[in-house]
Amino acid sequence: MTADGQVALALEGLSKRYRRDEVLSDISLCVAPGERVALLGHNGAGKSTLIKLVLGLTRPSAGRIDVAGHAPGSAAARAATAYLPEQVAFHRALSGREQLSTFARLAGEPVRRVAPLLERVGLSDAADRRIGTYSKGMRQRLGLAQALLGRRRVALLDEPTSGLDPISRHDLYAVIDEMAANGTALLIASHALTELEARTDRIAILRKGKLVADDSLTNLARAAALPTRIRLLAREGAAQAVQAELGGTCVNGRSVELECTTEQKMAQLARISRLGEAVRDVDMAPPSLEDLYRHYCGEGRT
Amino acid sequence: MIARILAIAWAELRIQTRNRWLASATALMLLFALALTFAGSAPTGTLGVDLLTVAVASMTTLAVYLAPFLALMIAFDAIAGEAERGTLGLVLTYPLSRAEMILGKFCAHLAVLAIAIVIGLGAAGVAAALAGGAGAESLIALARLIATSILLGACFLALGYGASALSGTSAGAAGLAVGLWLVLVVLYDLGLLGALVMDDGGTFTRDIFPWLLALNPADAFRLWNVAGAPQVALVSGMAGAGAALPVWAPPLSLIAWPVVALAAARVAFGRVEP
Repeated sequence: MTADGQVALALEGLSKRYRRDEVLSDISLCVAPGERVALLGHNGAGKSTLIKLVLGLTRPSAGRIDVAGHAPGSAAARAATAYLPEQVAFHRALSGREQLSTFARLAGEPVRRVAPLLERVGLSDAADRRIGTYSKGMRQRLGLAQALLGRRRVALLDEPTSGLDPISRHDLYAVIDEMAANGTALLIASHALTELEARTDRIAILRKGKLVADDSLTNLARAAALPTRIRLLAREGAAQAVQAELGGTCVNGRSVELECTTEQKMAQLARISRLGEAVRDVDMAPPSLEDLYRHYCGEGRT
Repeated sequence: MIARILAIAWAELRIQTRNRWLASATALMLLFALALTFAGSAPTGTLGVDLLTVAVASMTTLAVYLAPFLALMIAFDAIAGEAERGTLGLVLTYPLSRAEMILGKFCAHLAVLAIAIVIGLGAAGVAAALAGGAGAESLIALARLIATSILLGACFLALGYGASALSGTSAGAAGLAVGLWLVLVVLYDLGLLGALVMDDGGTFTRDIFPWLLALNPADAFRLWNVAGAPQVALVSGMAGAGAALPVWAPPLSLIAWPVVALAAARVAFGRVEP
């Protein structure tokens, strides 16, 4: 919860069981207006179930959901919620303009808002073509356009980057930032930490139905204390000597790999430079988003 | 509420015209109605009625089979198809109730069906009247036939939505729709016929059988058309069963069926989790 106590989306002690399988257990999560939260987890970690619960498409076994002050699935909650499904699908026989006009009517928005929206997502030229002729990226853009209809207070985006080329992805960031600036609370589900999720305000990680992390990227990285990897290219024949001096592991006879914490990094570099001629090149890799995601999703820890 | 129903109906009507359902349903109806009208024109002289009366009798028999069939073909994909293609989940996140969605589709589908029936049966009727004459009574019979065919179609549209909601897949819904058609339009009558033969004129034949007829929408449709026009009854030979029933029974059945079936479809749809 933010300082002024404003919450657009609140989950409290949320659990969902399908027969005996517990898909989600005791999830508590809040998203404030204008906040962007990335929801990460493997396939089957419970992200889609969580989204369906918030949309009111299925009912929780226990716990409480509050969508902009309303019960999930109520008319008011649905009017306040934008949703972009992972495999966004439309009627093939309709044109983009017709499909978006239908959504506008359902949302109670004037139909004249449709043309500027199509322009906004770069579909003006294809607006009157049938959706059956659209590429996956174009369908995704149309999906984004419908999520921009109306003044939504909560937006749920399920894998919004899937199938997008780098330029479209860049446009997507812009749209997401614009929605956040307008005060929409965004929950972005993904199955890996990518640059998009890194640009969010907070990261929530689901693992086997439990929330294992809920913090900013910087704090998560600090808490995980993942090592920086250093890779040295040794002069011919000198690899053994370098390894003897610094430790680490010898790779294909010429390279040595070391790991060190962020605090040890400078000291380690000083030791390397003292070796002089024996080292020809140095590569440093700070913990990547991928490493961080792996760490919290349980790979490499039991 | 009306705006959202109309939004769904508007989109659905476009889809139906784009995938040529409107054109093919109309063509099918027209083709069969014209063929039956002129193939069945032989008994005119012997029975002493005009050609339109005979045509209405033949077309009543045709519409009993064709109107339910067309309705089920249009309706079976309505919910299962959307669930399968993945379009249902997104639509239902809008402030649109499931009842509104069914009603919107119903309006569009009923419009398609009504256009096909009015053009098909109407054109055949006009052709028969021009070729063999028509009286005021036979014109009313034609109007009644068209109106009741649309009602019969409405009933099977609603049944089709129920089948669509109950079976999760499009293929399953198609199978269920064919089964519904077979049972209600063909097998039900055969069963009753068998029971009549077994009963051999007992209480079943006199007291129960007419009500069982009226309970089935397809038979109620037949009875209504026959009861309204003695001459049509003469040609179709169905006067006996209808005489034992009160006049209001077949119309009540045919009007109640779509309402009850729509309500049942809404309940079945409520169990669908997209």
